[in-house]
Amino acid sequence: MNEQIKVATRQSYGEALLELGKENENIVVLDADLSTATKTNLFAKQFPERFFDMGIAEQDMLSTAAGFATCGKIPYASTFAVFAAGRAYDQIRNSICYPNLNVKICATHSGVTVGEDGATHQMLEDIALMRTLPNMTVLCPCDDTQTKWAVREMAKIKGPVYMRLSRLATPIMYEKEQNFEIGKAVQIGEGTKASIIATGDVVFEAIKAKEELEKQGILVRVIDMHTIKPIDKEMIIKCAKETEKIITIEDHSIIGGLGSSVCEVLAEEYPCKVIRMGIKDTFGQSGKAEELMTYYEITAENIIQEVKK
Amino acid sequence: MKITDTKELEKIAKQIRKNIINQVYEAKSGHPGGSLSCTEILTVLYFNQMNINEKEPKDEARDRFVLSKGHCSTALYACLAERGFIAKEELKTFRKIHSKLQGHPDMNKLAGIDMTTGSLGQGLSVANGMALSSKLNHDGYRVYCMLGDGEIEEGQIWEAAMSASKYHLDNLCVILDYNGLQIDGTVEEVKGLENIEGKWKSFGFHTIMVDGHNIEQLIDGFETAKMTKGKPTIIIAKTIKGKGISFMENKAEWHGKAPSEEEYKIAMKELE
Repeated sequence: MNEQIKVATRQSYGEALLELGKENENIVVLDADLSTATKTNLFAKQFPERFFDMGIAEQDMLSTAAGFATCGKIPYASTFAVFAAGRAYDQIRNSICYPNLNVKICATHSGVTVGEDGATHQMLEDIALMRTLPNMTVLCPCDDTQTKWAVREMAKIKGPVYMRLSRLATPIMYEKEQNFEIGKAVQIGEGTKASIIATGDVVFEAIKAKEELEKQGILVRVIDMHTIKPIDKEMIIKCAKETEKIITIEDHSIIGGLGSSVCEVLAEEYPCKVIRMGIKDTFGQSGKAEELMTYYEITAENIIQEVKK
Repeated sequence: MKITDTKELEKIAKQIRKNIINQVYEAKSGHPGGSLSCTEILTVLYFNQMNINEKEPKDEARDRFVLSKGHCSTALYACLAERGFIAKEELKTFRKIHSKLQGHPDMNKLAGIDMTTGSLGQGLSVANGMALSSKLNHDGYRVYCMLGDGEIEEGQIWEAAMSASKYHLDNLCVILDYNGLQIDGTVEEVKGLENIEGKWKSFGFHTIMVDGHNIEQLIDGFETAKMTKGKPTIIIAKTIKGKGISFMENKAEWHGKAPSEEEYKIAMKELE
């Protein structure tokens, strides 16, 4: 892990999209007046004829993307997570997922790590909303390497994909050569004291906790659950069998997100206690990302406390 | 197939109306009012205007049609059956379990449907995406999108109207089925939609007003739309909800209900 170089996954998204655009002329990109924040402006600059700024009209943007998809284009549509999964939910449900159209929804600014903009802009329910939709694949990459992989990989899936990205810059955790597979979580470490199942920008917190605990002689493993749907059932069951504790952590509501997904698998397949860390049925507020993570108890320190309990 | 004889097209429209009544009666549910109001519009599109081929329903070069007011699927199926996309026998399965003819159109169940619709307000944006795609590839196909007048109360329609105008989508032709009624009453009472033509004009559309039951006026309207460059066209088609069946005409209550046996007999007699 390179702690020196920090990159926000939205930046990685913008860079990867530009590269993909060079190779595949069927890629079209849509944005809703946020291209400088979602980083689709990198694509827009190079391919203005394939970039469509739909204005502050997210519902129109996602339905237009559906129209492109019916004609064989591969649209990547971006805005903040709250406006994609929230405001345009019905469009995603009825005009994208139900007809199973090849639309890639890349939503940035998820979770409390959005920071100063506050509760209206901190999407904490998008994993819950998106994973209930039939035909949908839900990805939540944690670093630059994984995001760049996800941007390319989703183009190979014929059907809708929702990718959840962050504003916060996080360290690059994976080497460029790392192999990922949709629906297959990454196991980091073999510890048996606890499994810390994490997704998105808090995977880094889980890894920090793991390293700190190691110094204290407590061996845990981290499961990077970059795909929320289809969830990696085998990995979850294996961890429940092999480790003393199951802890989930997400920058998302504990209702309906990663924690719930893990509970659903274990309730049916291998009943055991699950500790869900995340935002506990509340809205966020303004503040620095780091301050908010501390306040809402989703830091490495909080994980260490849970493991030791 | 391009039928230019008005009498012939009127005959097809009448047959489509019969299909509509038969389907709704058989299903014991559906939306006859708004289906009967858009019958001539669909007849002209599918038998005179659109470049489509029932033998190659997925041909990439075909013109596209989005029935944004998806609840009038009844009319679309009735029309597709006359046009040879669906076997007539299949109309009997409308709204029944495992049918290709879902309550609202499903593009994956039925070849000939270009977009799945049902949730009002989304079709125009989808049509824009198709029209943009056509322009991007220089494919040259045209895109048609039918809206209900009640439907344009949805805010997304106006988002889409701005987009169509911004991108100069002159390969897009919108048709407004302006029958003046919605479930809770007249469109004027429920939301206050006037001035409809003025609204579309101010959003950058070329507007054409026609009698939506007059085949010649409809053909003229579509031909004018084709020649209009640099902006999208909307044909505002003044229609009568329930057109052709005396007791259904201009009655909001016939938006979404099926006729009784007695009413069915009267309706079919009127269509003879």
